Amino acid sequence: MSTATQAAPKLTKKDFESDQDVRWCPGCGDYAILASVLRVLPDLGVPREKFAFLSGIGCSSRFPYYVDTYGFHTIHGRAPAIATGLKVARPDLSVWIVTGDGDALSIGGNHLIHILRRNVDVNMLMFNNRIYGLTKGQYSPTSEVGKVTKSSPAGSIDHPFHPLAVALGADATFVARSIDVEAKHLQQVIRRAHAHRGTSFVEILQNCNIFNDGAFADLTDKPVKADSQLILEHGEPLIFGKNRDKGIRLGSGLRPEVVALGSGVSEQDLIVHDEQDPTLAYFLSHMGPPDFPTPIGVFRAVDRLSYEQALDEQVVAAQERLGPGDLDALLNRGDTWDVE
Amino acid sequence: METASKAAKPIETRDGVVVRFAGDSGDGMQLVGTQFTIESALAGNDLGTLPDFPAEIRAPAGSLAGVSGFQLNFSSSEVFTPGDSCDVLVAMNPAALRVNIDEGSLKPGGMLIVDQETFTDQNLRKAEYQVNPLTDGSLDGFQLFAVDISKLTSAALIDSGLSKKQVLRCKNFLSLGLMSWLFQRPIEPTVRWIEQKFKKAPELLDANKRVLQAGYNFGETTELFHTAYEVRPAKIAAGRYRNVTGNAATALGLIAATKRAGLPLFLGSYPITPASDILHDLSLLKQFGVKTFQAEDEIAAVGAALGAAFGGALAVTSTSGPGVCLKSETIGLAVAVELPLLIADIQRGGPSTGLPTKTEQADLMLAMYGRHGECPLPILACATPADCFDTVFEAVRIALHYMTPVILLSDGYIANGAEPWLVPREADLPEIKVEFRTDPEGYQPYERDPETLARRWVIPGTPGLEHRIGGIEREDVTGNVCYHPMNHEHMVRTRDRKIAGIAREIPSSVVDGASQGDVLLVGWGSTFGAISAAVKELVEAGHSVGHLHLRYLNPLPSDLGDVLKRFRRVIVPEINLGQLVRLLRAEYLVDASGLNKVQGRPFKVSEIIASVKKVLEELT
Repeated sequence: MSTATQAAPKLTKKDFESDQDVRWCPGCGDYAILASVLRVLPDLGVPREKFAFLSGIGCSSRFPYYVDTYGFHTIHGRAPAIATGLKVARPDLSVWIVTGDGDALSIGGNHLIHILRRNVDVNMLMFNNRIYGLTKGQYSPTSEVGKVTKSSPAGSIDHPFHPLAVALGADATFVARSIDVEAKHLQQVIRRAHAHRGTSFVEILQNCNIFNDGAFADLTDKPVKADSQLILEHGEPLIFGKNRDKGIRLGSGLRPEVVALGSGVSEQDLIVHDEQDPTLAYFLSHMGPPDFPTPIGVFRAVDRLSYEQALDEQVVAAQERLGPGDLDALLNRGDTWDVE
Repeated sequence: METASKAAKPIETRDGVVVRFAGDSGDGMQLVGTQFTIESALAGNDLGTLPDFPAEIRAPAGSLAGVSGFQLNFSSSEVFTPGDSCDVLVAMNPAALRVNIDEGSLKPGGMLIVDQETFTDQNLRKAEYQVNPLTDGSLDGFQLFAVDISKLTSAALIDSGLSKKQVLRCKNFLSLGLMSWLFQRPIEPTVRWIEQKFKKAPELLDANKRVLQAGYNFGETTELFHTAYEVRPAKIAAGRYRNVTGNAATALGLIAATKRAGLPLFLGSYPITPASDILHDLSLLKQFGVKTFQAEDEIAAVGAALGAAFGGALAVTSTSGPGVCLKSETIGLAVAVELPLLIADIQRGGPSTGLPTKTEQADLMLAMYGRHGECPLPILACATPADCFDTVFEAVRIALHYMTPVILLSDGYIANGAEPWLVPREADLPEIKVEFRTDPEGYQPYERDPETLARRWVIPGTPGLEHRIGGIEREDVTGNVCYHPMNHEHMVRTRDRKIAGIAREIPSSVVDGASQGDVLLVGWGSTFGAISAAVKELVEAGHSVGHLHLRYLNPLPSDLGDVLKRFRRVIVPEINLGQLVRLLRAEYLVDASGLNKVQGRPFKVSEIIASVKKVLEELT
């Protein structure tokens, strides 16, 4: 989007910091995400008062208190519903939802899939730490099978969600993943999410250093990360590895496989990322250790009319067809009779 | 088409008549009842209606469970209720006859019009009749008119080219035509309705018109009926009238409020009986800038409404009791963040799925206390179908003026029931003043108006007033998250005082009938009609009985305690096991007693009169 014509004084990160003390545990991944969001917001060409940050319940949902825009810390799981009403009533606002794996995928699962299918133009940042933090350490809908927690002393027997697969199953128009500590990548993804018209669903892998420390260490530790992250770029082949010497190609049937480049396998043999291909997005959403690297970046980005825009069009069409509402005419509609 | 000529038969004048159309739920009884209502309204009568239909869309044809009824009371004097029992029963099949006769719907000596061809062995079995009631003398206490409704319909459409099934679907219009003749109603409004409805199906348009006229002509020419009846226009206040159901009046009241408040209307709703018509009606009114959102569930419906309120819309959610249960947590959030929101609860029989299509008043305690924490909010109740318009308008005004969610209680009886309504004019409706704060100087999110204790409404998009709200307890004035014990108590008490303070705006209580004396009947909601009629009759009989009907249930009117003291006995009729009566006893330490009924039906006037008389006897 173009910000060249913006006459207002340029905003800085500081303009978006609220006066509230940030109260996440020291070392929490949320701090890094907050810093990235605060860094991106001034550059979006949106006046500060036009932002609204909404959240549900959980550690991540404290986020709105720390951003000096309009904010609404709501109730568990319901932020997508409340944000839908806000965006429908006020399409002029830039509406953001900050949520977590429990808030979005457990108690708020229903609202999540429905906001995605409706394609309300909001940006949804889902912090996934694969644990319940605020309630002090129970397994979440993204915890792995066998996870031992306070509420699963014998190991969790819940099969976890692949959050992006859920989003894709709901026909989300923008689906992406990034990581708390990959600031540059995260900021790029957030910018893309903002630019997208429709619901942007961004999973942000986030370390809870108290209750699930190191959940993504295999993905973020310097020595291994190049071999475990697959950075998606539209139109580019799926290549990863410290020396960019590994790739993903389609094996027999529709099964992707990891191959080493060279020795008869070239880039031309690899799958080329296409943000518009739903099948590719779906199998990328299931890809991960131990057999595959974890893809990060934009999995899917397609255009579809947003909900609030479609509703606005109906309102305009009704007004064009019927004229602006005339209350007296409405009250007198149908059969009336006069009493002298 | 020829308009019906004047009947050649003698015409008797009646003060008022109660008719009931009953048939299979697929027989179109609601349609016929509605059209007969419109005809009666246009004839200038005062009226009251009771649609009474099963929850199943189509129960097995001919079964007792599938009987659908529509009762209409039309009169040349004031009408308060659809009538305890009817003067005329039109029964389209044996099941409809059985259900209504067994329940005593038809007055002794009343007119009973049946479609005699439907009394086949099979249909009699379905209605659990051992012998044909038309011939066994069991109906001797009524004036029985066995009419060949099906045959007459077929005869009228002999050359229409319609299938047998299509032909028989027109027979409801034959009974309507006949009834229109019998009570000298104009059929033109129904003809207009048919022309509109079947615009795209000329053969059905023609068929229904012919059958309607055939029914009318049959009445005029048959030797079965010797007399037609006429009910003169009622003496009611001058002006323009229309018929309105409670749900329609609620939707119109919301449109009026959106215009007078100058705010766009947002409705978040999930379909639920008996509230869905509000969603339907408002969905048709986008030209008023209305945005309706059919949510994925009740929680999302109220959530979206609250989000819209945050954005500066006039936010509403419409539902019934089960939906209010699901919305409780979000309503609590609205209380905490102090945003205006209207929750319209069109009550039905409960608990759980209960009686979806039947009426009940058992959500008062839910509205009062159905949230965790100390969570007060204003509650208003609609008394009649037309009163829904005024009450919803007032509920919106309070929500906006006090920055609070408000619960509006209506119920299935008035939601679907209709009555004539003196149509208001936009210019006569008060303006609802709303001012968003835009001045950043010294702004604090929880600073309050000293009188109303309402905080200011500041909407996103306002430069310099960026702030955060949320469900965690907020510090007084600043709104910052705050867990201090004394702050919490202060905020709990402040929210309570804010709602209690609304009492200062509630008009003085008006008692109908005796203003002091032996018995005061205190009602709320849809019992208005039955209590009014009962009190009128009791007062005319010389008894010292008054009637106070409460629109404001929380807070209660500040003069209520004094009014209660002016009577020796206080009786509270309710369609529940005693909810308002508990509130009154708790609030005023008054020895009020309940008069309670929970059958999915409104009170009969006679039931109230009998109970009051018993109390009056005890007093002498």
